[in-house]
Amino acid sequence: MKKVNLKNLFQKYAIYFVLVFEIIFFAFASDVFFSLKNALNVLRQISIVGIMAVGMTFVILTGGVDLSVGGVTACVGVICAKLMLAGAHPVIAILASLCFAAVVGLVNAFFSHEFKLNPMIVTLATLQILKGISYIVTGAIPVYGFTEKFKVIGQGHIGPIPIPIIIMIVLYILAYIVLTYTSFGQSIYGIGGNEEAVRLTGINIRKQKYTAYMLCSVITAIAGIVLLSRVNTAQPSAGFGYEMDVITGAVLGGISMSGGEGKITGVFAGVLVMAVLSNGMMMCNVTEYWQWVAKGVVMLAAITYDRIIKGGKV
Amino acid sequence: MQERDVILSLRDVSKSYYGVPAIEHITFDIYNGEIFGIVGENGAGKSTLIKTVAGAIPANGGEIRFKGEKLELKNPYEAISKGIGVVYQEFNLFPNLMVYENIFFGVEIKKNGFLDRKQMIEKSREILKELGFDFDVREKVRNLSPAFQQATEIAKCINHQVELIIMDEPSAPLTEKEVDQMFKVVRKLNDDGITIIYISHKLNEIMDLTDRVSVLRDGHYITTFITKETSENELIKNMVGREIADIYPAKELSDQEVILRVEGLNSSKVHDVSFELRKGEVLGFGGLVGAGRTEAMRLLFGADKKDGGRIYLHDEEVSIKSPTDAISHGIGLIPEDRKAHGLILNKSIFLNCLLPSLKRYSNHGFIDFKDSKKEIGEYYEILKIKATGQDQLCLNLSGGNQQKVVLEKWLLKNCDVLILDEPTRGIDVGTKQEIYQLIKDLAKQGKGIIVISSEMPELIGVSHRILVMHEGHITGELQGENITQEAIMTLAS
Ligand SMILES: Nc1ncnc2c1ncn2[C@@H]1O[C@H](COP(=O)(O)OP(=O)(O)OP(=O)(O)O)[C@@H](O)[C@H]1O
Ligand SMILES: [Mg+2]
Repeated sequence: MKKVNLKNLFQKYAIYFVLVFEIIFFAFASDVFFSLKNALNVLRQISIVGIMAVGMTFVILTGGVDLSVGGVTACVGVICAKLMLAGAHPVIAILASLCFAAVVGLVNAFFSHEFKLNPMIVTLATLQILKGISYIVTGAIPVYGFTEKFKVIGQGHIGPIPIPIIIMIVLYILAYIVLTYTSFGQSIYGIGGNEEAVRLTGINIRKQKYTAYMLCSVITAIAGIVLLSRVNTAQPSAGFGYEMDVITGAVLGGISMSGGEGKITGVFAGVLVMAVLSNGMMMCNVTEYWQWVAKGVVMLAAITYDRIIKGGKV
Repeated sequence: MQERDVILSLRDVSKSYYGVPAIEHITFDIYNGEIFGIVGENGAGKSTLIKTVAGAIPANGGEIRFKGEKLELKNPYEAISKGIGVVYQEFNLFPNLMVYENIFFGVEIKKNGFLDRKQMIEKSREILKELGFDFDVREKVRNLSPAFQQATEIAKCINHQVELIIMDEPSAPLTEKEVDQMFKVVRKLNDDGITIIYISHKLNEIMDLTDRVSVLRDGHYITTFITKETSENELIKNMVGREIADIYPAKELSDQEVILRVEGLNSSKVHDVSFELRKGEVLGFGGLVGAGRTEAMRLLFGADKKDGGRIYLHDEEVSIKSPTDAISHGIGLIPEDRKAHGLILNKSIFLNCLLPSLKRYSNHGFIDFKDSKKEIGEYYEILKIKATGQDQLCLNLSGGNQQKVVLEKWLLKNCDVLILDEPTRGIDVGTKQEIYQLIKDLAKQGKGIIVISSEMPELIGVSHRILVMHEGHITGELQGENITQEAIMTLAS
């Protein structure tokens, strides 16, 4: 009986063990790593990808995936920036950008649900479109020169804590509540497990899937606005390639790509594992190229470990 | 016929899942050349026992000997090459491969290093023909009816020249006619010297087919009978631990108002289906598998798109375009295929039961866990679901208990019109009786019940009225005295 419990513990909390191991390792390897300042630093670094991962979780749980999030980040930044330069109040500009993102989510859901297309392909296409739009709107020239007030979102603090971190943590808490305690959250898990069975229980699959994709895009847009405010410049290429970091974090955190499986708390840990790794290596002066190699190795190790423990013998 | 040499011997075989024992100290022998039955309630451990014999799961203790030799199988493929073939409760074929590829899996015929498809096709056809089947062996298994899938599975065993075939509830997915055919196959295999282990909840089959039969209860071996010297009642008593008198409750029909009227339901497989259902009535649908009964009900439920037809509830026309519509009008459907349509296998009993009733159990979108857990717990007790708790994944339940969860989730929904498609597939006698009682109680409460069943006695036992379908048409209606097996069969073909 004891052995079983220990195994369960490892199985459930694999990613946390990895995280703790990483932290201990770097604490010994570098003297600057283990400090409150660096901890806040790491959290601020992950805030963008961390926020995006919240949205992605909803989509992956339904059994889908959204590759367009990198494009959404860029496009939202560009649109918000242009609107502010055109004289719109920041709040209006932000709301307009969020609406734009919601439309992107709607389009993603429409094509993947109504025509039963593979969401990977659908969102790959919208990613291309969004990339194109970002460059068209800006003419490939960065946009800057916003009001001081707008900087608060990405650069401000409440007490010692940077606002992006607060936004991120709030979103994780909200997502946790939605996924665990609401009927929307529970049906999302069901849909990922067996969509047809859920349809036959009378749950409106269409509504739930549209909601998931739109949530994903809108939450990504929040990340895009935080990013815009932090760098204070809209780059048409901002956020490109982030989709991989986001999906990596979610999968490391135990979200199953086939849907229906995994917890939002795990996702947070998954994103942290990758961030701590790159931060730690930076502190130890490892070059970026070696960092890539190390990240790939850790990812392989983590998912293999997970598979062995979960898929192992009964 | 029975030479007394032992082909398979079990000594103290035990297996537990996550520390919970499923079978304990099972000890018995199976003689060479006999047909050996195993019976027991849902979750008694029948499937677990044969999975350990076949090497699909490792035993925790004990010894299994096959032809005197100790068996230590690491995987099911080893079993078939050693001479033990299994026809699982849930088939174990590659659905995306063709019939002959499945039959020859692992023992492909090769010529000059290449697969000799022509010969494999030829030989597959021969084996199936011997068994009395004639269908395209180049069809993908996925597209076959359950009967043909089973035939493929058996052909695979024959092709591997096994000496022992274990069949786990082989008749569950079959129609009566197909069961007769399967019986012939089993008898023929047995005449050819193959030993058969036959698991079933249908005791008449056990009485018909087997030479000896063992009873399991709660993971324990109870006893073995020589079939000729026992009776169904004695078996039941040993399985359940008590006697069961009348399995079907007496029918009472009060003449009440029409609750549901269907007119001219049409699709590619359903033609002009019209009928009425009264409050308090149990309406049976008879016919052969493929007669369009399931399809008709799916149209009514909005699961498939209909080409035409009107649906009236309490004399008012309603538009049903999706299951969501149907359910909001108080119509529920318990589907026949529990794995594909009935359950989310890798989710808990709780979530599966919760989903149809989400609206009732939530408050502004937030789920009331206390209430829902309590009510789900009540039906869980009534249905005597055997599990470690509501949080157990459906994947880890025995076949019959999975079926009970499907029933439970719809009972909780409390629909006015409830359609049950093969509701007792894989369910043990004791529970069957309880389910029939439940159906009767629902009807008595004034609900309209539709039952589709391929088990003739069941259909006759529960229905007040029976509509028979053939090739998508309703071919006749039977009521009262006129309900007989013969009458149904005549209308069905
Ligand atoms: N993979 C599993 N994990 C955990 N428990 C399991 C697993 N498979 C079976 N069990 C449990 O073991 C017990 C025996 O199950 P088994 O499938 O052998 O029953 P059975 O006699 O075949 O029942 P049925 O007639 O319903 O098919 C049940 O209580 C079941 O819940
Ligand atoms: Mg079983």
